[in-house]
Order: sequence, then C-alpha cells, then structure tokens
Amino acid sequence: MADLEPQAPLEPIVGRYLRLDLAGRPHRVYFEEAGQGIPLVCLHTAGADGRQFRHLMNDEAVTGSYRVIAFDMPWHGKSLPPAGWQDEEYRLTTAGYVDLILTFCRALGLERPVVLGCSIGGKIVLELARLHPERFRALIGLESAAYQAPWYDDTGWLHRPDVHGGEVCGALMSGLIAPQSPEETRWDTLWGYMQGGPGVFKGDLYCYREDGDFRDRVGRIDTSRCPLYLLTGEYDFSCTPDDTRWTADRIPGARLTIMTEIGHFPMSENPGQFRKYLLPVLDEIRLPTR
Amino acid sequence: MAESDVHTRIAALPELVNADALLLRRGRYLTTTFLVEMDEVQYLVRVVEGRIASVERGPFLMRPWSFAVRASADAWRRFWEPVPAPGYHDLFAMKKLGVARVEGDLVPLMANLRYVKDVLAAPRRRGA
Repeated sequence: MADLEPQAPLEPIVGRYLRLDLAGRPHRVYFEEAGQGIPLVCLHTAGADGRQFRHLMNDEAVTGSYRVIAFDMPWHGKSLPPAGWQDEEYRLTTAGYVDLILTFCRALGLERPVVLGCSIGGKIVLELARLHPERFRALIGLESAAYQAPWYDDTGWLHRPDVHGGEVCGALMSGLIAPQSPEETRWDTLWGYMQGGPGVFKGDLYCYREDGDFRDRVGRIDTSRCPLYLLTGEYDFSCTPDDTRWTADRIPGARLTIMTEIGHFPMSENPGQFRKYLLPVLDEIRLPTR
Repeated sequence: MAESDVHTRIAALPELVNADALLLRRGRYLTTTFLVEMDEVQYLVRVVEGRIASVERGPFLMRPWSFAVRASADAWRRFWEPVPAPGYHDLFAMKKLGVARVEGDLVPLMANLRYVKDVLAAPRRRGA
C-alpha cells in the first residue's frame, strides 16, 4: 500500500468557504488559512486575491505563532460576486470594505486579530485604526497612505472593450514591482492581475481613489489603543514612501518602515525580502513587553 | 553610461526587438508609428506587426504619430541603467515623477502596453 501514500508534499494551507451577509445580500466568501496562534487576517491588493499571501502561509516563522487567514474579497479569486451582479457595476466603498472585514472576523469568531493589509488593504487599515481600535491587537498597513496622487487619469482603461482588461492590468502593475524582485514571484503577482474579472480592479480603485482620501481624519488615530505599523516599498510609485511618511507624521506613535528593493506588493513580489521587515514586527506584536 | 549613448541605444531598437521572437509575437497585432523624445531630439519608431521597421531621427516638420513618450536624455539614461533607481524603473513611474510625458492617442499604447513597455526597456538588457 506504500504507493497510496501521498507522494508529493502537501502545503499547510487549507481553503474553505464561508456564507456571509454583506449589505443585506448573501455572499459566498473563500478564505485560506495556515498556522496556529494569534489570528492574522491578511487583506489583498485591489484587483487581486488572497493567493498573494501564500508565501506568508508557508513560512513556519510566521505560522508557528500566528493563524494566518486571507479571504478573497467578493468578486475576487474564488469568491463569487453576489447574485444579480450581471446587472450592476461593481464599486467598492470604504464603508463596505470596513463592514466586510468586521463581518468576516466576527463570523470566524476571531478574538482581537491582527490585520495586515496591502494597498487598498493597507488604506482600510487606517480606517480600522480610527474607528475600531479596540477590536484589534495590532494593525499593519503595507503600501498604505491617507492619500496618494493618481498616476493615470482614467481608470476606464481597466475596463473597456478595445483594451484587454487582464493584459492592461498586468502591464500597468508590472511597473510597481521592484527590479530586484525574483522573476517567478514577479510574474505570479502579475498573473493574479491578469486573472481579475472585468471591471473588478477598476471597481476597487473607487475605494482607493474617489472614496479614499483620509487626510482629514488620520490625525484622529490613537495608537495607544491599537499599535499601527506602516511599511512601504521604495519602488512603489503608486503609494510612495513620501505618501506613507506624510501619513505616519500625522499619527503619533505610528511605526514607519521604508523597505528597500520592494515595490507595491511586498508579500507576493519578493517574500524573502519582505519577511526581513515583517518578522520583527510580528515578534513585537506577539511579545509586546519585551 | 554617457548621455550621448541614449541615442545609440534607441537607434539599436530594431536589432534588439526583431531578434526577440516572444516580443515579436506579443506585438503582432500592433502596427503604428510612435514618437520618442530625448531632450529636444525626436525619433519616430515605426512598428509593423510587432517588428520595428525603422527608427528615424528628426527633426520632423509635420509628421504623424499615434502616441508620444517624451523625457529628458538624463531620464532615459537612468531608465536604462541595469538596476534603475526608484522612480526611473518604469515608464509610468517616470511620468509620476514628472520626468516623462505620455501623449496622443493612447489606445494603441494601452492595448499593447506590455509590448510597448518591453520595447522601450529593451536597451536596458544591453548592460551599462
């Protein structure tokens, strides 16, 4: 029977589906997790999905102390859009995104999780810090800023019949990856963008741009109620180090790190480089008295 | 790399691109002429089904092109460094930094964005 034993290594990641009511509509949300310990909920970038965190979930230095959980937002990855999607334009709002995160954490019964988000996920972490600090043990914003100036005028390029959505999303995002990032993980990251549903990346950017100017409110974040870490890659020209620096300067106690040889997708474009910055943060959160 | 070398590099686009079968395949639906500017020097790059048919150096009096990418010679020099510094590592990064401009009919550019970016970055592969 030896030949019936598994012949290839299984990764520790498991995936499941969760039924959530969001804005009064039933949703079927996919999530993956690995590890045990403090819940660490990971929020993917706009137009992508939870696969961006697969390296984190395969890193025993993380999963030994953290239960790493990443969901695909509705419309992304393996989470379907809600019934009736064909007759609407997808548009993510700040309030809707906050509700999604809180609902997800409640549904899984997570007690004061750490939330780590990147790009729009990093941006929404600022709202979690301002509105719900008591619900989280710590918050980590990657490529996160109160505001970032747009670098192209019209997100309509992402969703129009004469330009292939997947191709243009991938080609636009390619510039946000640091030149030092390994080829394999660079193209993994871009593949995620190439696979997004029509108009989904554009719909996410509504939250990132039109509904995402937090310059008037980040000063009200109280880091004594919940620690806030902000880490940004030096090659990110969408959310630049200066954008994050501006934000950190207005939040007393916010911990700022600029990461070298990293762009807009730290956890997926160069996981080896990213963990050098993330592991000390996770240790500090786990052992706050040290 | 001296700044004068950027002109040598753009002139080498046909040999760089036309020897790359994957790049030719990626651009096979694109036929257009686009303008590349380095300081005040202009080049018209003629693309026929992904192949660089010609790179013609100006000045031009009244010649049509679909889209234009304009930057200083210094910006192009930095863009073609083997490992470009932040801000000079991508066409749109340079645009955001304010050292490059992208103008004209953007449909052929955006519909073939990976190809055009790869063509413009091709001189980087030659090393400094």
